[in-house]
Amino acid sequence: MDTTAPRPRKRLAIFRTADPVLTPLIKACGYSAILFVIMIFVFLWSEGFAALGEVSLKNLFSARWYPIEEYFGLLPLIGGSLLVTLGAALFAVPIGVLTAVYISEVAPRWMREVLKPVIEILGGLPSVVLGFLGILVLAPFLRKLLDLPTGLTALAGSILLGAISIPTIVSIAEDALDAVPRSYRDASLAIGATRWQTIWRVTLPAARSGVFTAIMLGIGRAIGETMTVMMVSGNAAVLPSGLRALFEPVRTMTATIAAEMGEVATGSVHYHVLFLIGIILFLISLVVNVSASLLIQRKQKRSERVLS
Amino acid sequence: MTSSTAKRQRQQAAGFTLLTVIAALTIFVIVAILAYILIRGVGAVSPGFLFTPPSNGMKAGGIWPAIVGTFYLTLGTALFAVPLGIGAAIYLAEYARESTLTRVIRIAITNLAGIPSVVYGLFGLGLFVLFLKFGTSILAGSMTLAIMTLPVIISTTEEALRSVPQSFRVVSVSLGGTRWQTVRKVVLPEALPGILTGVILGLERAAGETAPIMFTAAAFFLPRMPSSPLDPTMALPYHLFVISTQVPGMPVQIQFGTALVLLVFVVGMNLVATLIRSRARARRQW
Repeated sequence: MDTTAPRPRKRLAIFRTADPVLTPLIKACGYSAILFVIMIFVFLWSEGFAALGEVSLKNLFSARWYPIEEYFGLLPLIGGSLLVTLGAALFAVPIGVLTAVYISEVAPRWMREVLKPVIEILGGLPSVVLGFLGILVLAPFLRKLLDLPTGLTALAGSILLGAISIPTIVSIAEDALDAVPRSYRDASLAIGATRWQTIWRVTLPAARSGVFTAIMLGIGRAIGETMTVMMVSGNAAVLPSGLRALFEPVRTMTATIAAEMGEVATGSVHYHVLFLIGIILFLISLVVNVSASLLIQRKQKRSERVLS
Repeated sequence: MTSSTAKRQRQQAAGFTLLTVIAALTIFVIVAILAYILIRGVGAVSPGFLFTPPSNGMKAGGIWPAIVGTFYLTLGTALFAVPLGIGAAIYLAEYARESTLTRVIRIAITNLAGIPSVVYGLFGLGLFVLFLKFGTSILAGSMTLAIMTLPVIISTTEEALRSVPQSFRVVSVSLGGTRWQTVRKVVLPEALPGILTGVILGLERAAGETAPIMFTAAAFFLPRMPSSPLDPTMALPYHLFVISTQVPGMPVQIQFGTALVLLVFVVGMNLVATLIRSRARARRQW
């Protein structure tokens, strides 16, 4: 959605005079997005940078997060985020990509008209509602099913995060599949391939960079999700050790900020460290999104070259 | 038919069935979520629930202050995000030439869309609440939500503007229209349904968010309504978070009722957006 690229179009170059008030105003609106990204970074930096001077690197890279006694080890939180996100990707990626393939290549037209808005609704569900259902329905279910001491685990977080990232994956991957020229499919069908073979050997490979972008942005969405993971994944800041940790409570970076920011004194060490976690999250999303944008822009140039 | 063709046909049939099952499952889960909350929550919703404040430590009474608060926050978000977002989209679609600058702007927009909501909360706390001294307030929360909503509004509006055929602009210019007149009188009216859809989808996201308002606007409990934009407020998503995690012994029915009202708010906006879009598509002549 946010990554839809502009169609190249000739511009009207015949406008004579620029309006002295409106033109600068509209330009300012256009530049504002850059300004906001910079401002967000500056404010995170100005509040979070101090943490690097107040807390030793050894402490930050330790495995113990216990702010009351000045233990600010970030590893359990980073590990928690990675574990929950990995779990989410494990099933959101196949389901998301296959649903996109179904919508774009297999579904009859009416089905497409139903599927797209319904999946959009899932994307718009407030994360706090999913968290609420997670506490009330999913966690007790998992606890009984797997015979665990508590259902509020990394697994519960992964399942809900997966659900949250599926709509992102579906909509971007579907755009990418849609953009594969009709003639590619026709050529494949003409030499006797079935539609199924065409999907796997022609359409998907041709759309691979778009599908890859979809997966990346879906995972990016999962890492940044806050309320749902905070509510269902148990909030224990323990360094996860291996896949078994999926069945234990964990705590992510986002949940830590959300849970503790309300209680810290402004300007304290703990406050600075929470902003430092914010900087880490910001940088992760920066890397994910910039590389996704560049990928899309590069692909566009290539397809312009091929198709012109 | 050779045996290998038959095999490939079987393979295709099996594959398509698998895809259909996966898609059907996804739909089923979504519908199940909506239906479950509807069924469990509908019993709690009554005029008394909707229009009274919580009482007895949230365990009784209604959610009126939270409904009003979410309304104020959404309105405030619209006030900041709609003009700015539409302006930015007009710039990208109608004024700017594709250049390194517009590429950087687009990357910035994609970035804004990807920043975690809790990081917006931190930013709002740092800039609006503390640095600009708005305090925990509707104003600070609305501005935080507005920046978060911008990318959705910009990208959908830009798409709507670009879908207006170039010939419309040519005609306007040939009649002596300036660039702004062309945008204002020709392009914007044609793109209006698409813009509305984008605006509503953006606001829908803002209305359902919790993390950005946690430290910037939301109050645990307020006995009276906010009376100015500088007051803190209760809000539906934050209220649902509070009553499902922070209040022991909370009656389940009130929780489901609150979730239902929030869902109606959000899914209702989504349906309106979808409706506007599909009606505009059906009506379109070009």
